Amino acid sequence: MSGALLDIRGLTMSFGGLVAVDGLDLTVGNGEIVGLIGPNGAGKTTVFNCVSRFYEPDRGTIRFKDRDITGARSHEIIRFGIARTFQNVELCRSMTTLENLLLGQHVVMRGGVIRDGLRLRGAGADEARATARADEMIELLGLTDHRDRVVSALPFRLQKLVELGRALVSKPALLLLDEPTAGADPRESQVLADLIRRMRDRFDLSVLVVEHDMSFVMGLCDRLYVLDFGRRIAAGTPAQIRSDPVVIEAYLGEPEREVADA
Amino acid sequence: MEVRWLRTRGQAVAPYGLALAAVLVIPPLLVIIPGVAPGYVLYLISLALIYAIVAVGLGILVGYTGQISLGHAGFFAIGAYASALLTLRMGLPFVVALLVAGALSAAVGFLLGLPALRLSGPYLAVATLGFGLAIPQLVVWQGSWTGGSSGLHSLPLASLPLGVSTIVLRTDQDFYYLAAAVLIALTIFARNLVARHTGRAFVAIRDSEIAARAMGVDLVRYKTTAFALSALYAGIAGVLYAHLLHGISPEDFTVLLSVDFLTMIVLGGLGSVGGALSGAMLLTFLQNALTRLPIVHDFKNLYIVVLGAILILTIAFLPHGLAGVVRSVRLRSAARVRQGASPVDQIVELGEGSSAR
Repeated sequence: MSGALLDIRGLTMSFGGLVAVDGLDLTVGNGEIVGLIGPNGAGKTTVFNCVSRFYEPDRGTIRFKDRDITGARSHEIIRFGIARTFQNVELCRSMTTLENLLLGQHVVMRGGVIRDGLRLRGAGADEARATARADEMIELLGLTDHRDRVVSALPFRLQKLVELGRALVSKPALLLLDEPTAGADPRESQVLADLIRRMRDRFDLSVLVVEHDMSFVMGLCDRLYVLDFGRRIAAGTPAQIRSDPVVIEAYLGEPEREVADA
Repeated sequence: MEVRWLRTRGQAVAPYGLALAAVLVIPPLLVIIPGVAPGYVLYLISLALIYAIVAVGLGILVGYTGQISLGHAGFFAIGAYASALLTLRMGLPFVVALLVAGALSAAVGFLLGLPALRLSGPYLAVATLGFGLAIPQLVVWQGSWTGGSSGLHSLPLASLPLGVSTIVLRTDQDFYYLAAAVLIALTIFARNLVARHTGRAFVAIRDSEIAARAMGVDLVRYKTTAFALSALYAGIAGVLYAHLLHGISPEDFTVLLSVDFLTMIVLGGLGSVGGALSGAMLLTFLQNALTRLPIVHDFKNLYIVVLGAILILTIAFLPHGLAGVVRSVRLRSAARVRQGASPVDQIVELGEGSSAR
């Protein structure tokens, strides 16, 4: 799959003696929603941290839009078109919802110390445009009532939404979602899956999602990768994964209950 | 929507109008008040304005970007010595010295920001403390051209170019207007900056470096920028200080002064430009008042004790400083107006603890 948007080859990352990700191959095509699943400690978040350049992988290459980004720096990634969320939410706590969504547009704005400090021509218009974009996203996500609230005062579920919005306003081509359903009940998870699909269609996105919630990924994703102890043990459509004996054996455990549920 | 726009505009402009009015009213007022020496009081106010410039700049670094500095007296000294040497030894005009000294201080700030990238919290405090300690020592060591521990004296009067001629600032009142103008200009600059793209990047670094990086904020660029900016402010203030006193010596730039600067912004409220201003004013006048107390004759360092007490009490009881007090008073009056919503809603809505604006 050379035409893939994201193309990970032979990714290996270890901490001390522990191999967290072991020779992983993974691709995400244009417009695809791809799930990365596996038990706790399988190395899913480590993959995210390698792609967003917070971690330095031992081996392997990461290509995005046919460009090698393995050597890029973490703050450059969003400029290339990859935005991410975090498992435990990394918002700017003292900022409001709006301000967080303005920060999300950091790389699409011009900025500059002199330009901002002297209110030079265009700086105000730049801010106004960014605010309009943020407001549009706030409305889309149903956060209008929380626009001017400090995010640390919002419930966790809403903080996850603000973080999703902050990633989306940067106009990414690829969205990395780390456990988007954390803190959500089954009904809210369903709403979230619909929202992610709508966002994919509306903004021309591809999505790579790390999740625990099996029924959520089975319903949402076009393709799945299953990790166990850092190794890819299966890949395929949700239907294929569901009936894969290796997956059932190694990960899903009791097939009668969990897989039937999904 | 229209009304809301007017109100926000009004809030943004009103403080500057008030400040300008106060600056213009103070000198004539001092003349009619019996029992005060207008010249001395204006000198004191000028000193407070100069310290306020440092505090506003330090606020960008500590309050907004979340990087501590215990060495800003060092930048203050660099500005003061650079302008003293440029005007005294090289005969350069005051304005040129002001710009060169400010730029030099900013450049040193940028350089100090580089090691600071790898340090945080107490380690950064110690590193900047070392810088603040070293500068006066270097001045003494290079005594042949810095005047050593006796300092530099008889600095030329400050002057401003006006077309082809120059205005010489002869009186305390002239200098007072200069200090006020510089402070107002630099305050407006700081307030514009923190409310926009650059300021959001600063606050993002303070709140979460991980989030900042993921959103594309280049930590190297913005941390060094914050250091350079705050050093620029301190350097410019140092220039004004040297020319207000017409002379300087290494004793003027001890670590105690760095602690003074930090106390000003903590007392005023971190992450608030207005807080930095009020903290600087209060401490300057307090220090002066304390030296006039009768008991001080045999307790010269009473101010240091009081300073420590203020720092401890502020952190313990007013974690958001004076700016936080003003915010909660506004909150209460707003709560009285809108009795419909629950108090918790209003606290959240008014952004308690928010300093990104």
